[in-house]
Amino acid sequence: MAEPTTIPGYLLRNEKDAAFSALPAMREKDLGIWQTYTWSQYVDNVRDFALGIAALGFKRGDKLSVIGNNRPRLYWAQLAAMSLGGQAVPVYQDAIATELAFVLAHSEAKIIVCEDQEQIDKILSIRDQLPDLQWLVYDYHRGMTDYDVDILKSFTAVQELGREFKSKSPRYFEDEVTKGQADDIALLAYTSGTTGQPKGVMLSHGNLLETARIFVQNEDVRPNDDFLAYLPMAWVGDSLYGLCVSLIVGCSSNCPESPDSVMRDLRELGPTGIIAAPRVWETMLSNLQVRAGDSSPLKRQVYSYFSGVAQQIEADKRDGKQSSGGLTLMHKLGEFLVYGPVRDQLGLRRARWCLTGGAPLGPDTFRFFRGFGVNLKQVYGSTELSGLATLQPDTQVNPDTVGPPCPGIEVKISGDQSEVLVRSKGVFKGYYKQDDKTAEAVEPDGWFHTGDAGLINEHGHLVIIDRAKDVGKLSDGTPFAPQFIELKLKFSPYINEAVAFGDGFPFVASMIAIDLEAVGKWAERNMLPYTNYMDLAQKPEVRELVADEIRKINIGLPEVSRIKRFLLLTKDLDADDNEITRTRKLRRGYIAEKYAPVIQAFYGGKSDVQLMLDVTFEDGSQSQVNSHMMIEEAA
Amino acid sequence: MSLTSQAASARQDSTLSVKNVSKSFGGVKANTDVSLEVMPGTIHAIIGPNGAGKTTLLNMISGFYHPDEGSVTFNGRDITNMKPAQRAEIGIARTFQNIALFRGLTVLDNLMLGRHVRMKAGVFSSFIYWGMAQKEEIAHRNRVEEILDFLKLTDLRKQPAGALAYGLRKRVELGRALACDPKLLLLDEPMAGMNQEEKEDMVRYVLDVNGEWGTTTVLIEHDMGVVMDISDHVTVLDQGTRISDGTPDHVRADPHVIEAYLGTSH
Repeated sequence: MAEPTTIPGYLLRNEKDAAFSALPAMREKDLGIWQTYTWSQYVDNVRDFALGIAALGFKRGDKLSVIGNNRPRLYWAQLAAMSLGGQAVPVYQDAIATELAFVLAHSEAKIIVCEDQEQIDKILSIRDQLPDLQWLVYDYHRGMTDYDVDILKSFTAVQELGREFKSKSPRYFEDEVTKGQADDIALLAYTSGTTGQPKGVMLSHGNLLETARIFVQNEDVRPNDDFLAYLPMAWVGDSLYGLCVSLIVGCSSNCPESPDSVMRDLRELGPTGIIAAPRVWETMLSNLQVRAGDSSPLKRQVYSYFSGVAQQIEADKRDGKQSSGGLTLMHKLGEFLVYGPVRDQLGLRRARWCLTGGAPLGPDTFRFFRGFGVNLKQVYGSTELSGLATLQPDTQVNPDTVGPPCPGIEVKISGDQSEVLVRSKGVFKGYYKQDDKTAEAVEPDGWFHTGDAGLINEHGHLVIIDRAKDVGKLSDGTPFAPQFIELKLKFSPYINEAVAFGDGFPFVASMIAIDLEAVGKWAERNMLPYTNYMDLAQKPEVRELVADEIRKINIGLPEVSRIKRFLLLTKDLDADDNEITRTRKLRRGYIAEKYAPVIQAFYGGKSDVQLMLDVTFEDGSQSQVNSHMMIEEAA
Repeated sequence: MSLTSQAASARQDSTLSVKNVSKSFGGVKANTDVSLEVMPGTIHAIIGPNGAGKTTLLNMISGFYHPDEGSVTFNGRDITNMKPAQRAEIGIARTFQNIALFRGLTVLDNLMLGRHVRMKAGVFSSFIYWGMAQKEEIAHRNRVEEILDFLKLTDLRKQPAGALAYGLRKRVELGRALACDPKLLLLDEPMAGMNQEEKEDMVRYVLDVNGEWGTTTVLIEHDMGVVMDISDHVTVLDQGTRISDGTPDHVRADPHVIEAYLGTSH
């Protein structure tokens, strides 16, 4: 049988083909138990919902948006829209109402499927800004009994409509799926954008499927594999690796119980492969270090000894040296005593591959996990590339590169800013309603401008230096890549976020947001009482703790690029405050504006700074906090 | 307003009817001749200044105290002198002002305990965990999981209740009360000592429980704003006697209430 050319085409294959139909397609932890849906049950659910929205007037080219945590029904809703020739528009579930209003109005979503009451309330608060909205569907019924809204329907009610529709037109779903073409737009993914409003990236069935096939050819994925569906549904990676790869290979996607239980669900499930943002790996590592620090002295010693062995082995590998026999033997023993149990605790024991992407990961974190037997590798891609450009094969892993281009994907470096250009079948069809932006980003011959500065090293691996527009120079002309320094800072378990300044200035200075959990533990151990984040961040002892961390980091930096001055922020950087994107990338322009007095104080030689900060709460309401921050000298 | 609500109560049978109850402790008269009617499916608030006798009244409804005079009727049955455990069996559940959970037990076990009045398997079959006992446990666990899910406690399932923050413990206590599938839920200051966010959460849960399962709810609350927002009916006590009774709007406008409870500051 020929390979299907559309995403819903795979639904029909997996339903009919006996090799797939009884395999688990999706699991959801509900009422404390992992509930399984086979491919045939999965497709039934998609079909019922698709016919339901068809009955409600959803047509080819219409858009359906989903908002919520990873829930089977939200995935089914997306597939239902695609099956009818429509487009799915997943949006970030933690976005506040004003952010949602832009994306939902811009995308002209006709149907919005919400996970629960919280999301429904957000949509209802901006309903007057959404002229195209016709139906609002909710998955979880809690608290929904008293709503008297004409456009509101429950997911099951829509499926009920679908079953009625099916009794009248039994072939409608299959016919609509067959009408689909590879070039039809399947997904409208909004990039969170570090500058300006989000842009709607149009990805076709062909874009996503071709990219997913390239991934499957380059990575070991098997039909009985398990993935944990925990990445935000709005991130293209979730559609690529979660949805498309699972459909093509027939393996299953597993939805955790709630966002708060992801780490425990990860351990229960033990996925066979996992993709995580650098932040997740960093959090895992700092939690691990905190837990190791809290254990009994014997355990602590065993842990730190074998941790050292692992680092030594990795360092030898990096330098191309043969490790001594004793060290190799101790590493084998460590697998039994420490590495295996740690991987088991983290839920990575069954994982054959672990990918990190979206932003660079500190090499020390990277080597730590490698040393502990986690097959951590770098992957590089962007929404406009359907999520994949380069991937490290198992034999060529290196923390400093993002790997060679996957076969079928071309990468080149161009221009005086050394911008990375990529050409593949995954290159998007354009930004929705922004042809001028599309023309800027894509060359007529198909090369996409990633906006990253990079180089290709002697092994053919791509190395990303920074965002092309962020690379600057200190006033003496030394090149300054802020992300490089921020990454070094963020490797410290006590530092959650960092912003480095230096472009056009005589030296490097940095604003630092402490990690509340790790510093909080440290404060407890040192009998240091504190009330909240702001209080903790301004303790002289905490400033001294961070200053020590920075001195250690400075040793590894060239003399001129060392961090001379820093301060601790009285609040963490937050996407609700527009300081970072939902994928946790710094919005440098906005930060420089908001924290202008801090920059002035850094370079004006002042020893403290007073600042009124706007803070936005989760419900979108705003308030001002008066912050007084002390500036410290680090070098 | 009060005329129409009285006419309505005459037409419809109340879930809970408290008639002319009085209670004294030594020389202190905690309640004097208090009456109230709680209609099925409503949220009924009892408010009043400190020492007005609110908790005493609630304790007489839940059976912790027995009234010196007067009667308490639940779904047409006189329960004035019934024991608390029996009241739990016929569907009355409560939470306490000062949280009363088993601190060493997990959230899950606290809720499972809340279901014990619904458990029927004997000691022997429970011990060998076979047949009926096993089936029953699974059914109970299913119900408890539904409640955990409803109250967003699933990620804390295996945490010891004592290790949780105050606001969460309050929520667990509500969960335990819900675990015995109550027809009448008595909440003693469910929002006391909470910050604004926790209060808003709790209000939402109380409303959701009422909306989802139609559970008749009687709550004692200090926070006037909360009471006026969520209650269908309000009874106001002062110095042990009922000084007003009716819809929130009626009570708000009642001069007795303004004088006794809200004082001059409002």
